[in-house]
Amino acid sequence: MVRLEKRAEPSRAWSMATPVVAVLATMIAGGLLFAALGKDPVEAIRTIFWEPLFGEFSFYYRPQLVVKGAPLVLIAIGLSLGFKAGIWNIGAEGQYIIGALTGAGVGLAFYPMESVVIFPLMVLAGALGGWAWAMIPAVLKTRFGTNEILVSLMLVYVAEQLLASMSLGLLKNPEGYGFPGSRNLQQYASAHNGDLIAGSGLHWGAAAALIAVIFAYVLLNRHMTGFHIRLTGDAPRAARFAGVSPTRLVLFCMGVSGALAGLAGLFEVSGPAGVVSIDFNVGYGFTAIIVAFLGRLHPVGILLAGALMALTYIGGDIAQSNLGLPSAAIQVFQGMLLFFLLAFDVLTNFRIRLGASEVA
Amino acid sequence: MKITALLASAAMALGLASAAVADDKTKVGFVYVGPVGDGGWTYEHDQGRLAVEEAFGDKVETVYVESVAEGPDSERVMTQMALEGADLIFTTSFGYMDPTINVAKKFPNVKFEHATGYKRADNVSTYSARFYEGRAVQGTIAGHMTKSNVIGYIGSFPIPEVIRGINAAYIHAKKVNPDVEFKIVWAFTWFDPAKEADAAKVLIEQGADVILQHTDSTAPQAAAQAAGNVVTFGQASDMAEYGPFPRVSSIIDNWAPYYIARTKAVMDGTWTSVDTWDGIAPGMVGIGEISDAVPAEVKAEALALKEAIASGEYHPFTGPLKKQDGSDWLAAGAVADDGTLAGMNFFVEGLTGDIPQ
Repeated sequence: MVRLEKRAEPSRAWSMATPVVAVLATMIAGGLLFAALGKDPVEAIRTIFWEPLFGEFSFYYRPQLVVKGAPLVLIAIGLSLGFKAGIWNIGAEGQYIIGALTGAGVGLAFYPMESVVIFPLMVLAGALGGWAWAMIPAVLKTRFGTNEILVSLMLVYVAEQLLASMSLGLLKNPEGYGFPGSRNLQQYASAHNGDLIAGSGLHWGAAAALIAVIFAYVLLNRHMTGFHIRLTGDAPRAARFAGVSPTRLVLFCMGVSGALAGLAGLFEVSGPAGVVSIDFNVGYGFTAIIVAFLGRLHPVGILLAGALMALTYIGGDIAQSNLGLPSAAIQVFQGMLLFFLLAFDVLTNFRIRLGASEVA
Repeated sequence: MKITALLASAAMALGLASAAVADDKTKVGFVYVGPVGDGGWTYEHDQGRLAVEEAFGDKVETVYVESVAEGPDSERVMTQMALEGADLIFTTSFGYMDPTINVAKKFPNVKFEHATGYKRADNVSTYSARFYEGRAVQGTIAGHMTKSNVIGYIGSFPIPEVIRGINAAYIHAKKVNPDVEFKIVWAFTWFDPAKEADAAKVLIEQGADVILQHTDSTAPQAAAQAAGNVVTFGQASDMAEYGPFPRVSSIIDNWAPYYIARTKAVMDGTWTSVDTWDGIAPGMVGIGEISDAVPAEVKAEALALKEAIASGEYHPFTGPLKKQDGSDWLAAGAVADDGTLAGMNFFVEGLTGDIPQ
């Protein structure tokens, strides 16, 4: 008989090992799936994980990993702070949209003036926009006790409607023949978030993601606020006795995650995307939730998880094109990753016992 | 900065060159916005791709990536196809416009074909279909079929292509049934079965007994079928599985002849950048079988209109026509020019509601 026995202390070894085990299990189960679809499983797995990093055209794909991974890491870092403290901001996608709108709005307001202050102003506006959007569920929670999960999630759909309205109205390109979508910020030097080193994919968003990782690491390990976050997550009652103000913590965690999501949106719209369009958002805010958990809510883990997630996206597209794998199979593959992670997570808190249960 | 940029593009060009000599097959790439099984827009593009394979056999190799988000993801997918040695790439959604232009700049030897856009370059053509010709035929049938005189219309995005379709359908429905009224719901999606079904249900609740859709899934057909007495039309694809009722006819996008011709042009080295906008006459827009649920005389009238459009004898936007605000647009007998149609951002007189701004 197999049964689970709760560990007295969560296993550190398993906590570190589960992501790796989950990736391996995903490769095996994914391989079986691809084989069932009539594709060579080894070739498919190789294409997804190896091709972007070391394949013939890796000189192009490696920078793309940065482009794809940077917003994921930036958003996930912000979310992880709240998640650690049991504050669930599920609406990063909406904050990402609003940050892009406010940031791009500031940039477009200056068009066609060229000045070095424009981009910093856009960055500020983007962060503020995301922060303000996250403050809605935060203040509603602290003042009226509403559920931040529901409110932040619902605000994603409000943000999407705003995005549509802006693309069709206020921010519409006057030279766009009536088609929706703003001017292309890539063609507006002062507002363009280009590569810091040409062809590297390292734009300001990637730099901000790295800074956020360091900032979060220091905050969590060396700062009182970080301690409060961890304490609230581990032992809410103890935190209260220790004088942690839940209200301030909610405002802080929601604010930081909103601002970082807003920044991610601004860097995306002014760089890789270029235009505010109706379907500007492609789900980074939701994928970042997976990245945050895949990275064990740890700043360095999130960095690695973001890179891994980006790899499966880019490798997945290559596999589609080169091997004819359907996109649904790739999505199942990505879903397996989270599934296995959660499944193996059990081993962190429980150990498996074989044999009959002891009589208590 | 300059030198690294130069090196990067040199590396790109080198990668391309080495890939291109790898085999002498013509490689054709397709970038799709939806899944190939959407039963509508992307499905028909994929039928075009299969027709290219059929036509050229082992002289051609096709690749595709489905469900590609518009924006940086599409740019990456196109670059990847070009790097892997594609000679010709069809990018099949409006939102791929700027990415297509960006990638085309980096790969001057690869030919690009962008559907429904307006930006061209030496190696970028644009192509689109005059779906509004089909909408005129559809509007005629719809105007006759409605008993409640309320026709529901599921709009995707308020862009000129969709607005043209609404106007064309309305003008011709009104022509055969002066009491007809259009209710329009904007779904803000090309493909989202749940949203499309909701939109259809809302329209049916508001009394619509004919539903026209400019979205790509069959969900509105299913919603109409469940309601029992609501007429629909297939969109982009025939959607014949919902015939003979509720689906009474359809507008079919037939990209196969164009895709075959353009692939041939690349093979022969005769490809040039063009702007193609074809309608019923060359077969890019097809009218699906009009089912027996439609009275014979209505069917005959619709087919006569189709013939008149195909022969060039009649233009769906022929004056006298006024804009929604009552101002004059076309004088009696005048026909709309392509420029105005391409950027159409107004409703014609009689339509209610605003175009979302």
